[in-house]
Amino acid sequence: MNTQANVMHEPTMSSQIAPAPVPASRLFYWCVRRELWEHRAIYIAPLAAAGVFLAGFLISSVHLAGRMRAALALDAMHQHEKLAQPYDYAAGMVMLASLLVGLYYCLEALQSERRDRSILFWKSLPVSDRTTILAKAAVPLVIIPLLGWSITTVTQFAMLVVNSAVLAGSGLSVATLWARLSPIQMSLLLLYHLVTVHALWQAPIYGWLLMVSAWARRAAFLWATVPVLAIGIVEKMAFGSSYFGRMVGNRFAGGPEAMPMSDSFPTNPAMHLTPGHFLSSAGLWLGLAVTAAFLVAAIRLRRYRDPN
Amino acid sequence: MTVIEARGLRKSFGTTVALDGVNLRVEEGRILGLIGPNGAGKTTALNAILGLTPYQGELKVLGRDPWAERDLLMRDVSFISDVAVLPRWLRVSQALDYVDGVHPRFDRAKAEGFLARTTIKRASRVRELSKGMVAQLHLALVMAIDARLLVLDEPTLGLDILYRKQFYDSLLNDYFDRSRTIIVTTHQVEEVQHVLTDLMFIDRGRIVFDCSMEEVESRYLEVAVRPEQIAAARALKPMHERQGIGRSTLLFDRADRQQLAALGEVHAPSIADLFVAVIGAQASSAQGAAR
Repeated sequence: MNTQANVMHEPTMSSQIAPAPVPASRLFYWCVRRELWEHRAIYIAPLAAAGVFLAGFLISSVHLAGRMRAALALDAMHQHEKLAQPYDYAAGMVMLASLLVGLYYCLEALQSERRDRSILFWKSLPVSDRTTILAKAAVPLVIIPLLGWSITTVTQFAMLVVNSAVLAGSGLSVATLWARLSPIQMSLLLLYHLVTVHALWQAPIYGWLLMVSAWARRAAFLWATVPVLAIGIVEKMAFGSSYFGRMVGNRFAGGPEAMPMSDSFPTNPAMHLTPGHFLSSAGLWLGLAVTAAFLVAAIRLRRYRDPN
Repeated sequence: MTVIEARGLRKSFGTTVALDGVNLRVEEGRILGLIGPNGAGKTTALNAILGLTPYQGELKVLGRDPWAERDLLMRDVSFISDVAVLPRWLRVSQALDYVDGVHPRFDRAKAEGFLARTTIKRASRVRELSKGMVAQLHLALVMAIDARLLVLDEPTLGLDILYRKQFYDSLLNDYFDRSRTIIVTTHQVEEVQHVLTDLMFIDRGRIVFDCSMEEVESRYLEVAVRPEQIAAARALKPMHERQGIGRSTLLFDRADRQQLAALGEVHAPSIADLFVAVIGAQASSAQGAAR
């Protein structure tokens, strides 16, 4: 600008002194909170699932005493199975709600801010694309599993209290129930399952969805699913094999730490946990590497995508 | 101090050239109006300055490369892109919490003070606010940030006249001081005329006019000429001529005021008239220019 004569040389010191930058942990915290403000389904859906289940459980507790009596007559192993069943269903309900919310969230996470152009507001603040993406990835990988865990634990504890009250009221042994269904053990087994299967093993699914969400202008769901189906079909036609489809299915099913049998839930104490086997499986580390690659791509896409 | 310095800034989208070698320099304490027709490259230039888009050429904003350091730059730069970009689900209180949480230069008390002058409720969501209120909210957030550069891209688009007036009034009274710099693009040039210290026109990716407002006022004069004197007036080589009722208005660059006064009533041109004259001259000199 050819206005050198007009330039006002009045630097004020106040704006020259840089305030301390916001620590990365605080930036991250507020970015995650922002996600929970926008996507309230993250906690409403699993809470609703637990609520519905508890309501059903309470209604069914009129027959509880009879079932308890039948269960307590069985041997220890079958006793556990019989008694644990509703607790496993409770955990399963919350897991299903969490899974659906996580998948939906990831598809929306980076597309909605471009759709309503609010990305221009978020990018007007001193938050990097990397912090934003990592906070968004933390929702399905950390926040949702931990929420599911706490909600399930509280639900199961409430069920245990109801069960105990019913047992005590009909003169049956409460101690046997608590011995068969240790709330701490159930809770820890569930946490292990959520961390290994739902967070670590399924991470590439969420990474893929986040990347598609950052990439697709519209119809993120189609972009996320159709190419996967297409690869599977092409492989089948070209080579007659279905490795890709099995690989994808395996990611959903849960890999080496998933339920070994259909009727035994991961909270079953009789199930052998094999963390060493899990941690040394190539599939885990390969999956995490692929997840990292998807997230790096999502960061780049968010950075390069034209905001307007 | 130089706030923005660009040399040979280029950006193209496929075969469309959005920025065609832009050179510009903005000093601290200025309020620059960047005016141009639709598709002239205004928003692309601002996006480059804000680190939202990669570019070729040299660009420094507050001494930083905006593309490489957007997040650091945003500690010292604020922008309002247009009134529609606050997310509709956001609550007013959440907006305050979030900006307070992530911005080291945000003064929450100041933002609360600005909001207290409006009828905006803390618990409201953005979707429940009128367009004018959303603009007030965004402005309250931005004015509470102690930034050194504020970029406004069509900040009053779609607002009614009361809000538009209020917008620039509060910006001047409550925010602007000589250590800050503001860049504004708008189509409503008449309402920023008295606000600006500098004026730039951009057309087809190039800066075609770059002048301080003092200079605009001393250099450019408009004369309403009666038909009988039109030949004499044209002899003084006006840069633009437009027909009015019963008389023509001629725009002169660096003409003698005395000489012009003999031809008719002399006054300073509006930015809009100057814009039409400059861009019109560009369009007619360019081959195959679209009208």
